[in-house]
Amino acid sequence: MNETARERLEPTPGQTVGPFYAFGLEYPHQHEVAFPHSPGAILLGGRVLDGAGEPIPDAVIEIFGADGDGSIPRARGAFRRDGHTFTGFGRAFTSDEGHYEFWTREPGSHEGRAPFFAVVVFARGLPDKLHTRIYVPGYEQLQQADPLLAALEAEERATLIATRTPEGHLQHDLRLQGEKETVFLEF
Amino acid sequence: MSTSTPAAAPESLLAAPDQASQRQISDEIAAIHARTPADAARTLHDFAPYRSSVLRHPTKNPRLVDPETIELYSPAFGQRDVAAIESDLTIQHAGEPLGERITVRGRLLDSWGKPIANQLIEVWQANSAGRYIHQRDQHPAPLDPHFTGAGRVITDEAGRYLFTTIKPGPYPWRNHVNAWRPAHIHFSVFGNGFTQRLVTQMYFPSDPLLPLDPIINTIPRQKDRERLIGAYAHDLSVPEISMGYEWDIVVDGPDATWFETEEH
Repeated sequence: MNETARERLEPTPGQTVGPFYAFGLEYPHQHEVAFPHSPGAILLGGRVLDGAGEPIPDAVIEIFGADGDGSIPRARGAFRRDGHTFTGFGRAFTSDEGHYEFWTREPGSHEGRAPFFAVVVFARGLPDKLHTRIYVPGYEQLQQADPLLAALEAEERATLIATRTPEGHLQHDLRLQGEKETVFLEF
Repeated sequence: MSTSTPAAAPESLLAAPDQASQRQISDEIAAIHARTPADAARTLHDFAPYRSSVLRHPTKNPRLVDPETIELYSPAFGQRDVAAIESDLTIQHAGEPLGERITVRGRLLDSWGKPIANQLIEVWQANSAGRYIHQRDQHPAPLDPHFTGAGRVITDEAGRYLFTTIKPGPYPWRNHVNAWRPAHIHFSVFGNGFTQRLVTQMYFPSDPLLPLDPIINTIPRQKDRERLIGAYAHDLSVPEISMGYEWDIVVDGPDATWFETEEH
């Protein structure tokens, strides 16, 4: 910290989202970051699993991603979807089978960096948020140069890179604990 | 449990088969707080007194990374996203909700004390009897036909927000025998960067349930726990109408402006 730094305020600590978030956080088309089946729209989905490998049916996943050309969406309206404005932000609740799903656009590379979705996880039983990334597959060179991915063991790196399905969609599980535990981030 | 069976419904997971007493839970909380180092996280993910966290907390430390591109920005919200009426939880139905009408006011700030304007705050809560409208809330307290308990607001140019609502009741849950959540309002907050995303709970002063509650005690330091307690503000109380509480929210984490204004 430099000498001219002003006095920092102590941050407000986080708390669990609890079991009854749905009526407070749900909004229409929350998981439709891109209009379903519109040109360039893909599905990003997977399961959220606990330390016993069981699905977590009460998790909230949020994504924020660049547009297909790598630009950062600055448009308003993520809560009032108009069907064409791309805001980059979406929210999904896991199903009883622990599944989450978004319609979105695949982010392109921004300034030559490996493209990824920024992801936040909330859940009942999770005392505070978790940050992670879901990298888009198929950018081997950029991923080798990525400061985070390059510092990870192969097994850890695999927890951050989505899988391409035969239909061209993206599949990615999030494991909060245990075998193949997702790498979570601190900034 | 076999992985082929469907996931259990959340309400059944709320009941632990071998429920501890409050004394056991309080002893566990005290032991963890006593052994937590001073530089630990503000909220502990690994906190067994909150029973449903046992299989849901990561076992590895988070990776420290420099945030990049999209992480340094936040989704952009505006008045288009939220109607003004959404900040008053007492006028969403034909009649007046039961309970103690309150206003909660405060500012959304970054850790340099700069107000965060035009950002989204969402709230949700139980009614005055401690009942959530959520369909899986099985607590046999009455629903209030005039109260849903969800609201939203966009902060103004000075980072200010204000909600009108009713004071939520304490809420029973099945973490342990005779477990009651202190009265609380859930808050979901967006800052200047996605790194600053915050979901938390605001509590009320002098609540005797606070020291007993495993959830607020996932925060090991007393000073940090106190940051979640709204202050009664008599000046904000309206004669013969409502009681006032004040609560500022400080989000933490780098954003795009942080790199422009500070040297590192």
